[in-house]
Amino acid sequence: MGGRAIVVTSGKGGVGKTTSTANIAVALARAGKKVVAIDADIGLRNLDVVMGLENRVVYTFIDVIEENCKLNQALVRDKRVDNLFLLPAAQTRTKDAVGPEQMVALCDQLRPDFDFILLDCPAGIEGGFKNASAGADEALVVTTPEVPSVRDADRIIGMLESMGKSPIRLIINRFRANMVQDGDMLDQEDILDILSVKLIGIVPEDDSVIKSSNRGEPLTFGYNSPAAQAYSNIAARLQGQEVPLMKWDTGSSWNLLDGLRRLFRI
Amino acid sequence: MDFLKRFFGLESRDSAKNARERLRIVLIHDRTDISPQLLENLRAEMIGVLTKYMDIDESKIELELDRDDQAVALVANVPILRIKRGAGVLLDEGEPSSAQTSSEPGRRSHKKRR
Repeated sequence: MGGRAIVVTSGKGGVGKTTSTANIAVALARAGKKVVAIDADIGLRNLDVVMGLENRVVYTFIDVIEENCKLNQALVRDKRVDNLFLLPAAQTRTKDAVGPEQMVALCDQLRPDFDFILLDCPAGIEGGFKNASAGADEALVVTTPEVPSVRDADRIIGMLESMGKSPIRLIINRFRANMVQDGDMLDQEDILDILSVKLIGIVPEDDSVIKSSNRGEPLTFGYNSPAAQAYSNIAARLQGQEVPLMKWDTGSSWNLLDGLRRLFRI
Repeated sequence: MDFLKRFFGLESRDSAKNARERLRIVLIHDRTDISPQLLENLRAEMIGVLTKYMDIDESKIELELDRDDQAVALVANVPILRIKRGAGVLLDEGEPSSAQTSSEPGRRSHKKRR
């Protein structure tokens, strides 16, 4: 009985894979789980900076695979919380440096020691995606409520299904309740209906996400923001807890100043 | 309130509806994106089935996916040289021949065997 390996993927770039991986990893660790987050984006690594661990990277998982170091030498321990580790990607290599079999072997090596192995997948549907997904049992697909992103999610879900990943669950990121209310953004029913997958959480658009990546402190370290709450809820649902979806504060969809601006087109 | 919203240009443009419709159409196409290899295999198997019943001109078979805005169709154009005699017997091999007459002949072609 080993840990669960979960790939965080999306197809399209820039929809929040790395942010989601970092925040969910921190939230799981804070809930007492033993977690390793693997940056599978070789050549374009980012998870280390989002987690604020970039200065502590010595070895990468390519070094582990090529046996330049031991696995536990490459694991960067996060000192802010117990039981959270980062396995960094190599920045100076390309995605061809590793194959699916090696990723499977790496995950199998980590499984006995961890409850959760989160794999931050590169964008795209080529080798990098296939490698990152190879070792995973489950998948979290990140999408935003926009046409290109949902389209790519559909493609990725098809590929994950054919690879036998289960369950495949959806994170809707950068959700803006006020736009949905105004009929100017796809809502969760639209997206779930189109993609026919299970939802694991909706993360609202939140300025604090950018602030937290500026600082290298994932929000789930305790910031009280809507996105932090949403990611903590996703982590709880991953552990099998029933957590209702958040209620949205849509704010006021109309205010006089906006109205006047539009009226005078300024 | 609605009047005021409209007056100030805040009436919803409902662009989500556009998004839904565009996604629906784009995904119809994406989901039927068939690889040349798959189409080639399909062609080979179709020829196998068709030649049980008729002689066909294999060199002139056209097999393609026809896409328009609303749907995708598999269009096959198969020139027939000759229908094989006794093909109907082949169809119901092992069954009593009287079974053929019990159903409407026109219906048979709608039955798909997978």
